[in-house]
Amino acid sequence: MTLNGWLQIALFCAIVIALAKPLGWYMTRVMASERTFLSPVLRPVERLLYAGAGVDERQEQHWLTYTVAMLVFNAAGFVVLFALQRLQGFLPLNPMQMSALSPDSAFNTAVSFVTNTNWQGYGGESTMGYLVQMAGLTVQNFVSAATGIAIAMALIRGFARASAKTVGNFWADLTRSTLYVLLPLSILCALFYVSQGVTQTLGSYVDATTLEGAKQTIAVGPTASQLAIKMLGTNGGGFFNANSAHPFENPTALTNLVEMVSIFAIGAALTNVFGRMVGDERQGWVIFAAMGVFFLAGVAVTYWAEAGGNPAFAALGIDGGNMEGKEVRFGIAASALFAVVTTAASCGAVNAMLDSFMPLGGLIPVVNMQLGEVIIGGVGAGLYGILLFVILAIFIAGLMVGRTPEYLGKKIEAKEVKMAMLAVLSLPLAILGFTAAAAVLPTALASLANAGPHGYSEILYAYTSGAANNGSAFAGLSANTPWYNLTIGLAMLMGRFLVIVPVLAIAGSLAAKKTVPASAGTLPTHGGLFVGLLIGVILIVGGLTYFPALAVGPIVEHFAMLAGQTF
Amino acid sequence: MTKSSEISVFDPAIVGPAVRSSFAKLDPRVQFRNPVMFVVEIVAILTTLIFLRDLAFGGSRLGFSFQVILWLWFTLLFANFAEAVAEGRGKAQADALRRTRTETDAKLLAVDGSTYELVPATSLKVGDIVVVEIGDIIPSDGEVIEGIASVNEAAITGESAPVIRESGGDRSAVTGGTQVLSDQIKVRITAAAGSTFLDRMISLVEGAQRQKTPNEIALNILLAGMTLIFVLAVVTIPSFAHYAGGTIPIVALVALFVTLIPTTIGALLSAIGIAGMDRLVRFNVLAMSGRAVEAAGDVDTLLLDKTGTITLGNRQATEFLPLSGVSERDLADAAQLSSLADETPEGRSIVVLAKEKYGIRGREMGELHAHFVPFTAQTRMSGVDLDGSTIRKGAVDAMLADASIAGKHRSDGQAARELRQVAEGVAKSGGTPLAVARDGRLLGVVHLKDIVKGGIRERFAALRQMGIRTVMITGDNPMTAAAIAAEAGVDDFLAQATPENKLELIRAEQAKGKLVAMCGDGTNDAPALAQADVGVAMNTGTVAAREAGNMVDLDSDPTKLIEVVEIGKQLLMTRGSLTTFSIANDVAKYFAIIPAMFVAFYPQLQALNIMRLSSPESAILSAIIFNALVIIALIPLALKGVKYRAVGAAALLRRNLLIYGLGGMIVPFLGIKAIDLVITAVGLA
Repeated sequence: MTLNGWLQIALFCAIVIALAKPLGWYMTRVMASERTFLSPVLRPVERLLYAGAGVDERQEQHWLTYTVAMLVFNAAGFVVLFALQRLQGFLPLNPMQMSALSPDSAFNTAVSFVTNTNWQGYGGESTMGYLVQMAGLTVQNFVSAATGIAIAMALIRGFARASAKTVGNFWADLTRSTLYVLLPLSILCALFYVSQGVTQTLGSYVDATTLEGAKQTIAVGPTASQLAIKMLGTNGGGFFNANSAHPFENPTALTNLVEMVSIFAIGAALTNVFGRMVGDERQGWVIFAAMGVFFLAGVAVTYWAEAGGNPAFAALGIDGGNMEGKEVRFGIAASALFAVVTTAASCGAVNAMLDSFMPLGGLIPVVNMQLGEVIIGGVGAGLYGILLFVILAIFIAGLMVGRTPEYLGKKIEAKEVKMAMLAVLSLPLAILGFTAAAAVLPTALASLANAGPHGYSEILYAYTSGAANNGSAFAGLSANTPWYNLTIGLAMLMGRFLVIVPVLAIAGSLAAKKTVPASAGTLPTHGGLFVGLLIGVILIVGGLTYFPALAVGPIVEHFAMLAGQTF
Repeated sequence: MTKSSEISVFDPAIVGPAVRSSFAKLDPRVQFRNPVMFVVEIVAILTTLIFLRDLAFGGSRLGFSFQVILWLWFTLLFANFAEAVAEGRGKAQADALRRTRTETDAKLLAVDGSTYELVPATSLKVGDIVVVEIGDIIPSDGEVIEGIASVNEAAITGESAPVIRESGGDRSAVTGGTQVLSDQIKVRITAAAGSTFLDRMISLVEGAQRQKTPNEIALNILLAGMTLIFVLAVVTIPSFAHYAGGTIPIVALVALFVTLIPTTIGALLSAIGIAGMDRLVRFNVLAMSGRAVEAAGDVDTLLLDKTGTITLGNRQATEFLPLSGVSERDLADAAQLSSLADETPEGRSIVVLAKEKYGIRGREMGELHAHFVPFTAQTRMSGVDLDGSTIRKGAVDAMLADASIAGKHRSDGQAARELRQVAEGVAKSGGTPLAVARDGRLLGVVHLKDIVKGGIRERFAALRQMGIRTVMITGDNPMTAAAIAAEAGVDDFLAQATPENKLELIRAEQAKGKLVAMCGDGTNDAPALAQADVGVAMNTGTVAAREAGNMVDLDSDPTKLIEVVEIGKQLLMTRGSLTTFSIANDVAKYFAIIPAMFVAFYPQLQALNIMRLSSPESAILSAIIFNALVIIALIPLALKGVKYRAVGAAALLRRNLLIYGLGGMIVPFLGIKAIDLVITAVGLA
């Protein structure tokens, strides 16, 4: 580990912290339908959209109506994306004449982008035409992120409101978060990326003749526009197969930094939005702090593991840490940081090959996802995810102050506990269930590139990434098979909708409750003690579940490596 | 029931039946009520069947399997034992109550109202009127409609001093099973046989009608959810093992599963609930439901009657304030004379004060040829007539309106104005002014003061620390009320309280999302008692009040409301602390069992065996033994409850998180290691 490395990490953290408050302020205004400096330009567009869709933005919805609207919208998105992929051979804007995807791959990809996962069983530049990339994938990159923000808003309103029947209007939340937040930020970022050398063209691939005289086809395309929302919306689906390790998708150290910051920016700001909307910014900072502790611990372990490298090499006199699978222009610190950021925040973009990480360096990304993507998390998803754990933490420990549990004046009762448990259960069900099945099925095992615990880790990673809606891949696993396309697709659906629906049920139930005024007898939730409590509950309830599964994967691999055995 | 009888946790009289009932409770229909323990039972049955099969057809490591299975059953028995002990303590009290409920005959009044016939008490119906005479046991709950009697209520309160029960007013309720010591009363029966107060009390302390409270239901959902999570964590392990080319014995999986699921809190949950009710009962408060006890812990606002709760029941004379031209001694003398025959506590306190301050000794009314004029509601004054002289004392406005005084003083005269001024000063300081006049001439004012109970200020400060707001309810005028409120340190007061504005106050607090507790005894308190989230009715009160409240205080001591709140908080804290402890325990259990489980094919995982347990078998066995023994070890805590301190939620949380959270993580490491050392030394594994 070097000072330079730590300075890069510190700079990243400082920028994220500095952005949280102003962006949180702006987003609070946007989501409360207040006027912002962009209103003169965007308000007419917004009205036009509502008028076109026949939506009354002021018509608030009951949580069930809100849920149905969200589900219908997502189902429609799935159908369109599936159709675009299957029919791309007949559609325009396809200069490379890409043919239709197989049904299972199209299903997997459609689910993947609708659920904000962006797991890619295919290689972008060799499979997808520009129309699918832009009208299909990029559109979902926007609206799946906006869906996440909308769900988070509904839950926040549940906490902020008292004796209310409604939790907001899904169509308005979706439109406003896309129009006022995701779109302007994406334009800014895209322009910056273009300035740094990211491609942005609708022309066909470029043929080049190398010095040796060999012919080489260089893939280009509308990358910058898709890259911006890929990061901001914590989507992570790369334009190119190599994702953010590709020089046209992440050319410089500066783009690397901006990409990482834009992964965290909206998620971090949402904690501030939460604090503002419930009337106490400290409540937001406490959640941010708990996320921060997990994040820093993860970065420290990963950076330490990668900088340390394999002791077997050190014995051969080779030192300098583990550079296998990393881009030289980023180095170890920025690669380790990127890996933690992208898995903490459910983004899934990668700038280095996780499969080549040290066992513990690869363990952290898995754990990040298994905790339920609550460390900043996917846009919106991270906030509602951690609030589920807050509900459980409050319920478990809240009784210890001699009152029935309450959070922000809302009593946490049977209904909230039931829904939170349902949501929390969906992740281990998808991850452990499918991994256990794949670990014994010959069809599934045939896809493995590595033997022993490392091969097992590849399977575990794939389902973890899918269920947690992350989308990053450990690689080493040929996942574009009917078995994996189908099961990872199901894992993504479970990890998304089996969480969202209970979350909205909680939002509805909380909104209907009275708010109990705080007193000296109320459990304080704005201090360091609560941060510690929340961390403990996330680790024990969210993390320990996977201890056996991790023990026979990355953990045993680590101890084997120490004993000189590699896989 | 003897008052505040301390039953020790492991009283032999309770333990014996509890052990027997631990086995009886293995019935799956009983276990089904407790999801966590029900799952343990299913697992125990299945592994026992597998063991029996292996025993018959041959299997490996039978001795080890046998021990694991044995401890599974012990886990269940210990859980049942915890519940049985908690119930046993209630049963002991119920038995004591039953002994007092002897078969009695009732004297049922005939329709003509003069003759009665003897019928068995059990045949009485609601609305029947019975006569109860000296020495009779009151046959059933009812309301006195005629007469007055002293009643021994030791059967239900444990207090042997007789109490007065009379028709009309706020002391009209009588309880079946109590005994009339003097006089004769007519009682209208208000409860049918089997649903009397005593019957309800017996079933309550026995826990026969125990229903799960809302918080218990929610907690059970959480525990069931955690159990499901661990089902997933454990059932997937064989597949991972298969991938690695190994197999894992079923007993090891079962041991991991049972130690991971929250058995500790699952086993103790109902014992905690029963013990909470029991603590109230031993405190001579009967909660009509567990829900009420839980609500008591959540109370935000406490409505307390001034008289008897905040101040001593009686006001006392503290000062003589003469008008100008009257000496203090003359005033004292007149006041003392007027009070010699006055047996009210206020009157006696005037005599005492006169003696203390001026050495005016008590005089005999007979020697003075004095004639006492008692207080009446019409005159609102009392006094004495002696040798042509009349002395009167009474409320200021009543005195000024009196004809003889009005004859000497014009109402706007100098003396009258001065009197009003002095009286107002007294009222402002929280006292009650009592005017004194001799032969129609105003002498001055006696300052009667409400004496705030010693230590009450500190208790209110403690309540404030808990986040509870106290509101004093009084019939006094706002000025007096404000002064006493300030002296007692309550947060707010309701002066000139009427049943209507009391009810309004409760509704207003509840509209703000607050939970309100109050106590009351009169019929006109009934609506407020019913509206309050925690309504403690005094046992001396009316039937209506007792029906409206959700708790009854057998001692009729309104200050108990504060303890009731503390008991409620203690119940919730105990539940939360043991839940946290139970969940925190899991960390150590993973570290004990995971390396042991995979040792056959991943020996590298021995690095996780940070406790250095001697063998895989002893590791698994130690974990499951610890898991079972910790239940027994925590029974006393579950029954006695976690100590409540009024230090504010932040400090409480810090303390309990440290003890039960961090402690819950560390203790099993030590415990499992210790058990490992023992069973290795003994050679069990």
